[in-house]
Parts: sequence; C-alpha cells; structure tokens
Amino acid sequence: MNTLQTIRYVAKPLVFVLCLLPAVLVLTDAFDITGGLGANPIEAIQDRFGNWALRFIMITLAVTPLRRLTGWNWLSRFRRMLGLFTFFYALMHFLAWLILDRELHVGDILEDLTERPFITLGFTAVVLLTALAITSFTALRRRMGRHWQSLHNAIYVIAILGVWHYWWQVKKDITEPLIYAVILTALLGIRLFWRLQRNTRLATAKQHP
Amino acid sequence: MLIRKPADIRPSEITSEANYLNRRDFMRAGAIAGGSLLAAPGLSAVIPDGRYARLADVAKGPYSTDETPNSFEDISTYNNFYEFGLGKSDPAARAENFRTRPWTIEVTGHAEKTGSYDFDAFMKPFDLEERIYRMRCVEAWSMVIPWVGVSLAEVIKYFQPTSKAQYVAFETLNDPEQMPGLRGRSLDWPYREGLTIAEASNPLPILAVGIYGKVIPNQNGAPIRLVVPWKYGFKGIKSIVKIHFSETRPKTSWNMAAPGEYGFYANVNPTVDHPRWSQARERRIGTGIFAERQATLMFNGYGEQVAHLYKDLDLRRNY
Repeated sequence: MNTLQTIRYVAKPLVFVLCLLPAVLVLTDAFDITGGLGANPIEAIQDRFGNWALRFIMITLAVTPLRRLTGWNWLSRFRRMLGLFTFFYALMHFLAWLILDRELHVGDILEDLTERPFITLGFTAVVLLTALAITSFTALRRRMGRHWQSLHNAIYVIAILGVWHYWWQVKKDITEPLIYAVILTALLGIRLFWRLQRNTRLATAKQHP
Repeated sequence: MLIRKPADIRPSEITSEANYLNRRDFMRAGAIAGGSLLAAPGLSAVIPDGRYARLADVAKGPYSTDETPNSFEDISTYNNFYEFGLGKSDPAARAENFRTRPWTIEVTGHAEKTGSYDFDAFMKPFDLEERIYRMRCVEAWSMVIPWVGVSLAEVIKYFQPTSKAQYVAFETLNDPEQMPGLRGRSLDWPYREGLTIAEASNPLPILAVGIYGKVIPNQNGAPIRLVVPWKYGFKGIKSIVKIHFSETRPKTSWNMAAPGEYGFYANVNPTVDHPRWSQARERRIGTGIFAERQATLMFNGYGEQVAHLYKDLDLRRNY
C-alpha cells in the first residue's frame, strides 16, 4: 500500500471512528451503559454536543497551520472529514435544543431565535455550517469554482459565532468560553500573520524586481 | 409444662399509635398546663453532628406539596453552590470534608438578642418541621424537596428585631481553605442574601437543617440554609454564619454580579423573562429525557400565602 492508500483505507476509517466516539458515549450514557447524564440529562446532552462542535471546529481550523508548520501535507486529507464532524456535532446540539429542550414548540422556538441573541448567533452558525456541508462534495466544489472558496471562508465567521454563542450563554463562569476564544484567536492570528508577511514580501518583490 | 407469665406491660400502659404520633401536641399541652415550671423536654431542635444522621422529633409542617419529591440522589448531586465550584456536580464532589462543627452564627443589627451563637444553642428554642416545597431555579429547572427545618418567622421573632429592622441579611461562610470556589472571583464573596422583614416573617420560609429526615448534606448548605419557596433558588443562601437586622436594603450577591438579570426580590414569575431565557416553563428534574417542561406558576404556586406582600409593587420593575 502506498501512502495515499494507507490514508484512504486505514487512517481515514480510524479517524472516523475516533471522531464518532463522543456521540456514541452520549448515547451509551443516556442509557446508563457507560456513566450517566446526571440529574438533568437534556442539559447534559446539549452541553456535550455543543462542546464537541466547538472542539471540532478548533481541530478543523488547526489543520492548515499545523500542516504549514510541520510540512505534513497529508494532514489536509482529513480536513473535510473534520469539518463535516463539526457540522454533525453542531447539528446534534441544535436538534437536542429543538426537540428535547424546546419540545418543538413553535412559539418558544421563534421567541428564542428572535429575542435571545445568543440563540440567534448559534442558529446562524448552524445555518452557515449546513451550507458548507452541502457544498462539501468534490463535484460541487469543482462546479462552484472560485465561489467555493469564498463560501467556505465562512468557517472563520462560524467559529467566531460559535464561541460568542457559548460566551453569552454561560451564567457566570466564562473560563471555558475564554479557553475557546484564546485558541481561536491563536488559530486566526497565525493566518493573519502569514497573510501580512506574504503581502510585505510581495510588496518588497515589486519594489525590487 | 407451660407456665403462663403475665405480660410485663398492661395494655392500658401502651401508648396508642395516634397518641404516639401526637406526642408533641400532648407534651405541648402538658408544657402549657405546667406553665413555666416545666421546661418541655424534647421540644427543642437537636441536630446531631454526623453526616446524614437521622433527625429526631420532626413534625409534619404546613404548606407541604403532595407532589412526588425528587430522589435524594438528584437533590444531593445536582445543585449550585459556587463556593465549591461552578459545575452542578462540583458541590457533591468537593464538600465531602466540609466541617460543620463547631459552627457559630452571629446575630447583629437592630434586634434585642444579638450576639454570637453556637449552632446547637441557636437551634435549641425552635421546633423541627418537615416542609415539602417546590424549588424553582432561575435557570428554569425545578425540584420538589422534602426539607426539615425551623420556621424563619419563629427565628426572627425570637431575636426580637426593633422597629428599625426593615430587612434581614444573611451571609455564607467565607473560608477559602475549605471552599475551593472562593479562590476564584466568580462572585464578590462572601455570598450575601436578604429579605424584607415582612417576607422573613411570613410563615413559608424556613431555615433548613435536613433533607429526607436526615441531616442536610454538606453540598446542600450544611449545617443551616435558607429556603424561600416562592423565590428563585439563589435566594436560598447556604451555610449561614451571619444574620443581620438592617434598616437599609442589604446588597445581595447575584444582584451585585448582574443587576440587569437578578433582582433583590427574585420572586418566581413566569411573565417576567430573564434577559437571556424564558421563565414561562420549567424542566422538572428527574422526569427523564422525553418529559415535557411544565408551566411555571406565579410565586412558584405560593401566591395564596405571599401575593399580598407585593400588592403595591410593580413586579416587572422589581424582578
């Protein structure tokens, strides 16, 4: 097996199973097979899925900087899968809120979406993520040409919305949202730094051909 | 050979079950009959020093709901007590070795009987009652808890507040060595709460020392905590070390932290939403994943006892 085949037939399925594990654990906890979800299982389910959505968006955004710093180009082969898992966990978080927490009461849902800014933020993030997930197929990507990249740049906005949503949701303790904010700042900061560096280089090259 | 032995106790000497259950009334009657000559033994609240020790002489108090109480496990593993951490399971995990003896309660301010009271001496003048109350958290979840405690109104009366006492303020222990949450600045410590003197003199509030007939678990506010069933749970200050009779409205912790979100009154009110979530419905803990939220009741269903306290108050502004 060459490297590409190893990635496709061994590494990818392995990473896939690993990424699915947090969801499986929520399910087995819900049925008390593994630990349990505590006294307020609905809150626990929402928290767990929401937290994993944030973790996955951080992991996805870490791929490119990590590849550049290490030179491990094969990392990019996992980027789409990680992005889709971000969508999966965000969707589960959203569905847990919609079905278990709000019990599909249309009035409650509309009130939440329009009057609670942190829910508006989270909902916007899920809608944008859905657009990215739908356009993640190779065929569509080819057909969309350069528009694809512009659309998928929305991932940066989604990450900010996600952390902001969490920040506004907590009652008092901002420790966890702060950790995500610091990581996200680093991940976006390094991109900005590289872009500025390139622009300076290009400018210098223009001046001294 | 069968030898018939007379029974040691004649049937007439055996206390009937009804009389046994009414023994406190019986003794009270005796105490009244005997006037001040008789110090009625067994009428004072004695709180054993031992985790989950059973409380003796607990009478069934008034105002109890007939709703099914939450399990002891739910009550003792899911609650907020920021002094032990910000997670709902932190108090249960970290309050294990919390020392509730010796425990001193300081009574200060506009009252006749101020001073420092050892916990046992503090409790002695009062009667233990079971009160099964609904508990509505400001976070929109609720429980039913079978408290054991003493009537706050009785406690207030005992300390003889003067006419200047308009409010009663409470403070939680502030011991960073025992309470790891105090090292963080999540709130301005010590935890503070307060009631108007009229609220505190209402027959509903209790100072709780037990749950399910046993000494209250450390994580729920041992050895003594406030329970005000028509207000959001955060008014129920835990592990009380100070009671102050004040002329002016005391500062209260959550109000200090976020005045736009948590008011001084904090009466349960389904028509006034928290800025970030609806208070119209609540999730009853222990009902499972697919149970529906239930409607939140005005004053948490205790309007009959307390609505008159607020008849001249705009509850939308005084949330």
